[in-house]
Amino acid sequence: MNKSKFKFRFTRRAFAYPYMAFLLLFVVVPLVIILINAFLDEGKLTFANFAEFFSNAGGGLTVLGNSLIIGLVTTLICLAIGYPCAYLLAKYHASNRVLVLLFILPMWVNFLIRTLSTKAIFMSLNVELGMGTVLFGMVYNYLPYMILPLHTTLVSIDHSYIEAAEDLGADRLSVLLKAVIPLSVPGIVSGITMTFIPAISTFAISEILSGSKIYLFGDAINMHFAKTTNSLGVGSVMSLVMLVLVIVANVIVNLTNKEEEVNSVL
Amino acid sequence: MKKGNLMRRICADGYLGLVLALLYLPIFLIIIFSFSGTSNFRFPDGFTFDSYKALFDSEQSAGLLSALKYTAILAVSASVISTILGAFSTIGIFYLNKRVKKAVLTVNQLPMINSEIVMAVSLMMFFALLQFIFPQGMTRLIISHVAFCTPYVVLSILPRLQKMDPNMYEAALDLGSSPFGAMIKVVFPYIMPGIVSGFAMAFTLSLDDFIITQFNKGDTGIETLSTYIYEDARVKSLEPFWFAVFSIFSVVMFTLLLLINIKKSGNKEAKVKQ
Repeated sequence: MNKSKFKFRFTRRAFAYPYMAFLLLFVVVPLVIILINAFLDEGKLTFANFAEFFSNAGGGLTVLGNSLIIGLVTTLICLAIGYPCAYLLAKYHASNRVLVLLFILPMWVNFLIRTLSTKAIFMSLNVELGMGTVLFGMVYNYLPYMILPLHTTLVSIDHSYIEAAEDLGADRLSVLLKAVIPLSVPGIVSGITMTFIPAISTFAISEILSGSKIYLFGDAINMHFAKTTNSLGVGSVMSLVMLVLVIVANVIVNLTNKEEEVNSVL
Repeated sequence: MKKGNLMRRICADGYLGLVLALLYLPIFLIIIFSFSGTSNFRFPDGFTFDSYKALFDSEQSAGLLSALKYTAILAVSASVISTILGAFSTIGIFYLNKRVKKAVLTVNQLPMINSEIVMAVSLMMFFALLQFIFPQGMTRLIISHVAFCTPYVVLSILPRLQKMDPNMYEAALDLGSSPFGAMIKVVFPYIMPGIVSGFAMAFTLSLDDFIITQFNKGDTGIETLSTYIYEDARVKSLEPFWFAVFSIFSVVMFTLLLLINIKKSGNKEAKVKQ
């Protein structure tokens, strides 16, 4: 019996091998190519690309700085609008799946459609395209990505914690500040990453909604890989920087989720 | 209900309504004014179908039709391939030993967490390096779409598989079924809901993709709906023609997703995110 069990496990395990090869070839190897390219300049091994980017010769560092600021502002506005939404949805409409769905659905309408529609409306209202319209477009695009993880966390909070806090004499504000918000930290962190990372690396939104005046990090990466410019090396360095940001963000998310698990075990 | 509670409830719903209105306003305005035949958000000629007629007789009609064709071919092939690949590999992944499983699932997460532009750029350079094996055109697009869709398929099937009673499979074997037969007749039906939602996810992701397609379409003239919109409408201001396209696309997308989600509202485990 033991023998046959081993055998079927072996045969079934083999179903994973083609996909493992696929992941290696089309996910890992391409990322390694970026890494190698970052050290290449006209076929020679060099740190010149890093030097060029980090000395801000092409203004890449400035763009990164601007993107981080715009990304941060976008994320904070999304959190400020999204948290009350997710909270109220969880509090009053936890069982109403369709209503929750309505908040998430816009993210499935192509973002170019939404962004170009917003631009058309701004233009017909004679609103000048610039930082304000870019921020509006970013918040409009990423708000559902903030609400989704927040809502998932908030509905799963064990209600007895809130009741316990109330029984122990906490008023509404204290319950919110000392029970609900701390318990929803994993959702907040994952909402922040799901908004912040795409917001700094997107391309097209800032381009469209600023009339090509404001360029973000994603636009900058895009330009380095355009056919007319020949700066794959610097573009690769910028992609690496982006990749590092993604990994850092996810390590933070994983850490907060682990803490949550530990807490729930205790 | 106490009066204070009622007031709170009204304020809460008012706030939710306001945010929803903000989220939907641009799309609604586009849909309404797609019947004005103009692009300046006015009704100078009253209610007309001119924008919709322009779908068939404007200079972009041919381009739009070809973009639609490629979008459909790409979405169907990418979602079918990634569903099949995902379904079999999830079963395989499930039975890998712990450490390998963890490694595979971590790499599987990469396309989901990675910034789209980094993935797009990495694939572009990869294909450029191996251009003799991967010619420009649909091959590259299908591969890259499968690469970012399959992880979602895997993650929508895995929870279902984890919940399955292993005795069911053993019972099938005891009753004389071959391992492969047991998989087709016992395991697959059980994980079917995960497969279906994985397929729906892959299809919508592929349909919606812009950045990865934009970087990997090459210059064989292939445009999907997203890249065609970007190339055409970004430069000029939005023509009435596009109002009609946007309206149809938004309505189709909303209906599709509402139907899918209402249908699967029973099985909550289909939640993919994380």
